[in-house]
Amino acid sequence: MNSFDIIGPVMVGPSSSHTAGAAKIGNIARKLLGTPVQDADIYFHGSFLATGKGHGTDKALIAGLLGFPVDDPRIADSFRYAEENGMKYRMSGIDLGDVHPNSVKLILTGTNGRKMEMVAASVGGGAIQVTEIDGLATNFSGDYPTLVVSNLDQPGHITEITSMLSHKSINIATMQVYRSSKGGHAVIVVECDQEVPETAIRWLAHLEGILNVTYLGLKDKA
Amino acid sequence: MYQSFQQIIEIEKNTGKSFWEIVRDDDCKEMEITPEDAFQKMTEMYEAMRSADSSYDPTLSSASGLVGRDGEKVAAARRNGTLLSGSFLGLIMEKAIKMGESNACMKRIVAAPTAGSCGVIPAVFLSLQEEKKYPVEEMVKALYVSAGIGGIIAQRASVSGAAGGCQAEIGAASAMAAGGVAFLLGGDAEAISHAAAMAMKNLLGLACDPVAGLVEVPCVKRNVIGAVNALTSADLAGAGIRSRIPPDEVFDAMRNVGRMLPEDLKETGKGGLAATPTGIAFRNNLKTF
Ligand code: SF4
Repeated sequence: MNSFDIIGPVMVGPSSSHTAGAAKIGNIARKLLGTPVQDADIYFHGSFLATGKGHGTDKALIAGLLGFPVDDPRIADSFRYAEENGMKYRMSGIDLGDVHPNSVKLILTGTNGRKMEMVAASVGGGAIQVTEIDGLATNFSGDYPTLVVSNLDQPGHITEITSMLSHKSINIATMQVYRSSKGGHAVIVVECDQEVPETAIRWLAHLEGILNVTYLGLKDKA
Repeated sequence: MYQSFQQIIEIEKNTGKSFWEIVRDDDCKEMEITPEDAFQKMTEMYEAMRSADSSYDPTLSSASGLVGRDGEKVAAARRNGTLLSGSFLGLIMEKAIKMGESNACMKRIVAAPTAGSCGVIPAVFLSLQEEKKYPVEEMVKALYVSAGIGGIIAQRASVSGAAGGCQAEIGAASAMAAGGVAFLLGGDAEAISHAAAMAMKNLLGLACDPVAGLVEVPCVKRNVIGAVNALTSADLAGAGIRSRIPPDEVFDAMRNVGRMLPEDLKETGKGGLAATPTGIAFRNNLKTF
């Protein structure tokens, strides 16, 4: 903790969890998709559903999907910018079950046709957790450069990832492995201390058994 | 960040460094940045507060319609000279309401320590600077003092309404502002600590009971009491008055009170003003998706 956790962040109001957190979720979803969002189905759960309209959670989320940062004054008018950008969206309520009260589910299609499903929660003070990607449980904050690899659940993929990172002198902060069933579909999430170069990501994506590689850099390229 | 006022008071005694320098130097270590960069970053926070204040829009209401347009009413009363509190306190009241409304109306603000309490520190600091013509550097130092106090509160107690009730938001902001003003009045670490403690004592146990769960009622107007309470607490400390309960113990009491508060009074929108017939009616009329 430092002084700017106390004085700050600079943000668009009214709520760090319901507004700034929602904008951050939108931003991370867009980065994970890796391309501008063409179409979005948005499902609000719990407190996001109950007080989201009053807190501008809807506007903040759309703003995030457009790539606006949490202190961008355009957040209040994000619906208009979405229209100008040709981004389509639908919003509704949902019961996601026993999850954090400030949760939202997103089903996104990018301008390049790529599809992604994600569930995330705003856990307080503007911090968030991505809790599900494409139906598999995850748990990362988006505060680190993050590599999300979907692969077939077979031996060797963890070694491939870690040796690639060590080869590029990238330090691993956390690493989580999830799978749907033994021998089925798995997701490996690696939070790193340094950015992962694009060439390394492409190399990974071409390996046999790797289904999809998503990278969340701290700098927005999309 | 430091966990006790006693620690900072002792460092001041042993090194001659001022409260704000002690906080900043600790930041530099934690963030691995130079003192110049740290000071620059805090200056940006102060300037963001100033621009949030000056970009108040008197025509806006919040999405729920519960708040908005009151800042201009205080401004008019102040111009007409009808405020019993006088022009200077009136200016603080005006800025506190305006910032709270700006937050509810989705304008850009600085959370200090939270969005709901974002009006307290800027209302006091900006008004004081206008009145006394302090150079910006002095204001930024005062902001470091506030940050240091907030850090102590966050570690000993909490700066979140959901965890500690409104004493942890408006109360914490008020204590932070009081310490900052005590510094501007020439107070040492001891005076700063007592100003913060006296401010907190007045707001101990304050419920977090937002109507319909929105950061609007009572939040916007509570920024006024947080700001005015900061000023009077700093003045008491400046006059040489001390809290009979040592500052660190005051904030430990705050933590305990926060734990004792029922969940209904911790941002759930279920107790207090939120549970009044009118509060419930507002909630039932709220639009969802
Ligand atoms: S009542 Fe609750 S939400 Fe409103 S300012 Fe106080 S702590 Fe924040």
